[in-house]
Amino acid sequence: MDITVTVNGRQYRRTIEPRVLLAYFLRDELGLTGTHLGCDTSNCGACVVWLDGLPVKSCTVLAAMADGKQVRTVESLARNGQLDPVQQAFIDCHGAQCGFCTPGMLMTARWLLDRDPDPSEERIREAISGQLCRCTGYENIVRAIRRAAELSNTADDDGSSAALAGEQRDEVAS
Amino acid sequence: MQVPAQFEYERATSVAHAVDLLVKYNGAGRVIAGGHSLIPMMKLRLARPEVLIDINEVGELAGIVRDGDELRIGALVRHNELLDSAEAAQLFPILVDAERVIADPIVRNRGTVGGSLCQADPSEDLSAAFSALRADAVIQGPQIRRTVPIRDFFVGPYETVVGPDELLVELRVPVRPGSGSAFVKVSRRAGDWAVGAVGAAVWLAGDVITEIGIGLSALGAQNFVAVEAEDFLRGRVVSAEAFAEAGRIAAEHCDPPVDQRGPADYKRHLAATLVARSLTLASHRAGREV
Repeated sequence: MDITVTVNGRQYRRTIEPRVLLAYFLRDELGLTGTHLGCDTSNCGACVVWLDGLPVKSCTVLAAMADGKQVRTVESLARNGQLDPVQQAFIDCHGAQCGFCTPGMLMTARWLLDRDPDPSEERIREAISGQLCRCTGYENIVRAIRRAAELSNTADDDGSSAALAGEQRDEVAS
Repeated sequence: MQVPAQFEYERATSVAHAVDLLVKYNGAGRVIAGGHSLIPMMKLRLARPEVLIDINEVGELAGIVRDGDELRIGALVRHNELLDSAEAAQLFPILVDAERVIADPIVRNRGTVGGSLCQADPSEDLSAAFSALRADAVIQGPQIRRTVPIRDFFVGPYETVVGPDELLVELRVPVRPGSGSAFVKVSRRAGDWAVGAVGAAVWLAGDVITEIGIGLSALGAQNFVAVEAEDFLRGRVVSAEAFAEAGRIAAEHCDPPVDQRGPADYKRHLAATLVARSLTLASHRAGREV
């Protein structure tokens, strides 16, 4: 079957088998290997991407279901060589160790911060509760998401980072 | 790498179209919405439908609407939509309690109310919650649209009364005065299936219980309900003693499975405790402390 999916603002047309899952479509058909595949059973959350603005576990969504829709992956976060605040914060706080869970964590973190720019630790832990990290014990990931909130809120004062984040959202929405 | 067996894919555009497709494929088609039960089963080849009929674009099935003395919850309502519904929270806090502990926030963006009920997993939280609320299920077939009490909806594990050419359309939950409801769940990890879970709904006139619903999940209760405990409580005055006795009766009449989540006697103990606890909270929400 033929599908047309807009990924990170760019439209892709591909002919696929209906059984192809979105995570494999992104990686194998489009070469966007930032999205990782871990458990393949919707438990670990390494494969989290946004589908029409909502984070989903892309190992458990058919690519066919994304036909005509907007997908956003971790590749969209950095813009013009500048990291998204969540990426910078993961570096600052050592939120990534082996890095396997990181793409999914980043996509959930970005979504959470877009909805709640100043989340409590409890809210952060709830938001990432469907994602597994076997390295960090989550402490540094939670710290990184808090740090990202602080970075974004500080940046709000001069407008630079907020403008960047807004631009990314607009592109995905268009 | 886990990949489902080959299948054909159809995207339904309306309820009528979905039912037409079910008729056309004559038992070989399977409805898919969130897919968070069916796709993992297809990957493991526990399910091997020849045709998937995708209902994600069927707008008629979406939405939560107050309609007179009923709250209508579309089969395609995502778990997070129900969790975030102010109307549901105000009328039936049991649904919000349950949704908060179903899977995880990302899965809840995708999984649907109707899909959870049609999957009919013996550990499904919503089956117990809607049974406690005495909801009705609306089912569309090729000729007729029928309404089935949710307590008659489940035939057995992973089996419902929805026929091969039928589609669950919505849940209708009766809105009656003097109600309170609550859902309590014990699980081993965040987002896990229940070791045991209980939903309770009470309808009070003063201190007297005029109607009652007790739903049990993962505890081996027939049709997810504790009928004997309900019969005991109906017409009684709310009290801690009556709720404890209802818990004892519910525990006696359920048949918890022995599995990696615990032995039967522990789960029976859990049933008694959770029945009393959910009733106490439901009463509190109906304005009566015990």
